[in-house]
Amino acid sequence: MRRFFYTLKQAFLQVLRNRAMSVASIFAITAMLLILSIFFILVINVNTAAQTIQQDYDSIEIYLEDDVTKEQANDIIMQVKEEKGVEDAYYKSKEAAMENFRNRWGDNAYLLDSLNENPLPNSVVVMIGDLNYGDQIAKACSQYDGVEDVKYYKDTVDKLLKMTHFVQLAAIIVMIFLIIVSIVVVSNTIKLTVFNRAGEISIMKYVGATNWFIRGPFLAEGIIIGIISAGISVGISALLYQKIIDVIGAQVFSVLSMPMVPVGFLTYNFAWIFLALGISIGACGSIISMRKFLDA
Amino acid sequence: MIVFDNVTKYYKSNVGLEKVSVRINKGDFVFLVGPSGAGKSTFIKLILKEIDATSGSIKVRGREVTTMSNRQVPILRRNIGIVFQDFRLLPKKTVYENVAFAMEIIHQPKKLIKKYVPQVLSMVGIASKANKYPDELSAGEQQRVAIARAIVNRPRILIADEPTGNLDPDTAWEIMQLLDQINKRGTTILMVTHAKDIVDKMGKRVIAIEKGRIVRDEFGLYGYAEALEGVESTFDTIQSARTFRSKSRFRRGGREE
Repeated sequence: MRRFFYTLKQAFLQVLRNRAMSVASIFAITAMLLILSIFFILVINVNTAAQTIQQDYDSIEIYLEDDVTKEQANDIIMQVKEEKGVEDAYYKSKEAAMENFRNRWGDNAYLLDSLNENPLPNSVVVMIGDLNYGDQIAKACSQYDGVEDVKYYKDTVDKLLKMTHFVQLAAIIVMIFLIIVSIVVVSNTIKLTVFNRAGEISIMKYVGATNWFIRGPFLAEGIIIGIISAGISVGISALLYQKIIDVIGAQVFSVLSMPMVPVGFLTYNFAWIFLALGISIGACGSIISMRKFLDA
Repeated sequence: MIVFDNVTKYYKSNVGLEKVSVRINKGDFVFLVGPSGAGKSTFIKLILKEIDATSGSIKVRGREVTTMSNRQVPILRRNIGIVFQDFRLLPKKTVYENVAFAMEIIHQPKKLIKKYVPQVLSMVGIASKANKYPDELSAGEQQRVAIARAIVNRPRILIADEPTGNLDPDTAWEIMQLLDQINKRGTTILMVTHAKDIVDKMGKRVIAIEKGRIVRDEFGLYGYAEALEGVESTFDTIQSARTFRSKSRFRRGGREE
C-alpha cells in the first residue's frame, strides 16, 4: 500500500513537473480520441441504421393483378404461409397502401390529391422469419396465379450492408492508426521525463530497486495522462454529439425513418471505451519509452 | 565474497576481460589498478551484472551471477554499495534525502530510515550538513554523502569506482581513511583507482589488470617498477604492507568467502 501511494505521488509530481509536455500530450491524445469518437459515432449510427433497415426490409410485397378478388388473395395468403421461412402474411388493400403513402409524404401529401384514381395495386405483405429463405420465397411467390409483381429489396439491403461493412472496416483501420500515433506521442512525453530523471533511475538501479518499482511512477504518469485525455474527450464528444443530434437529428429521422443513437447511451459507452483506451495508450507508451532504460 | 573463475568478456570488436580468475575474500580491501581500457570497468560491471560475461563463472556471496535472472539482479545489488568518481547525488534532494532515498527504494520502513540515516551521516562525518543540498557542499563532503548512501543499506561489499578521482590529495586521503574505517567494520571493499600514491600508502591488496588480463595480484604497491625505484622512500610502506599481508592471509584462511 505504501508502495502504491509512493508510486502515485511520484507520478503526479512528474505530471506537474513536466506541465508543458503533459499538457501537450493530453492535447494530442484528446485530439486523437476526438477523431476516434467521430468514427465511433459514425460506426455506431451506421450499425443501428443497418439493423433498422434489415428489419424494415425483411418483408416481401406481392403486387396483385387488379382483377384478383379478396378471396383469391386469401388463397394466396394461405399458400404463402405454407412456404418455408415465412412468419406471417397479410392483405394490404390499395386504399391502405395509399394511406401509407400519404403518411410518408407528410406535408407534401396534397400532391397525391391530383391523382384521379389510385394507381397502387392491392398487395399481400409477407413477413420473412428467416432472411436466408428470402430469395426462395420471392421466387415461389412470383409463380402464383394473379401475381403481377414481387418486390423484394434484398439487393438493396445487401448493398447497404456491404457499404456498412466498408465503413466499419475503414473506421477500424483509421482507429488503429490513431491509437498507434497516440502511443507514440505518450511514449515520447514520458521518454522526456525518463531522460530528465536518468540520474535518479541509474542510482535506483545501483541501489537495487526492482524494475517494476522504477517503472511504476512512469507507468502511472502515462495512465494519468490517458485518463485525463479520456475524460476531456468524452465530455467534448458528448457535447458535440448533442449538437449534431440537435441540428441534423430530425432530418436523419425523416430520411431514414429512424432515430439516431441517443446521447446518454453513446456517452456511457464512450466513457468506458475511452477510459480503457486512454489507460492502455498511456501504459503502452510508458512501457515502450522505458524499455531501453531498464534493459540491464 | 567475489569469485571470478576463468571469466572472459568480449565486446563486439575488442576484449573486455580474458580468462580472469580471482578471489576476493570477506573483509578484503582490494585495489583494482591498470591503464584506461584495461578492463577495470568491465570487472565491476560484471559483478553488478550490468553486462553479461561471454564465458566463465562469477560468484558473489556464493551466488552465481552469470546465470542469474533479471528479477534477482536487484537483490544482488542490494548487497553491493557503489560509489562513483562523480558522486552522482540527486541535486534536488538534500543530503538527508539523498541517503534516505537509497532506503526508500528498497521499501525500508520510515522508522528505520529515521534511525539509520542520521547514524550513517554522523559516521561519515557530515551530520551537520544533513539539510544542505549537494551543490552547497565541497567535493569531499559530496563524496562522503555518496559513501553514506552506498553503505546505509549495510551492503557486504562496497565498490568504489575512482572515488578520489575528483578530490585534492588531502581530501582524498580523508576519504581513504573513511573507506578503511568502513572496511574495518567488516565490509569488503573493491576500489578502482589510478592514484598510485594512495595505493602505495594504504598497502592493501592490489590487482593489476592490463589488456583484459590480471598481470599482478599481491599486497603492497601500485606496480613493480615503482616498488623497485623507490625502495628507500617507500620502505615503511612496504613494511606495513607485509605485516598487513600476513594478517590478511590469516583472515583469509580463517573465513573463506
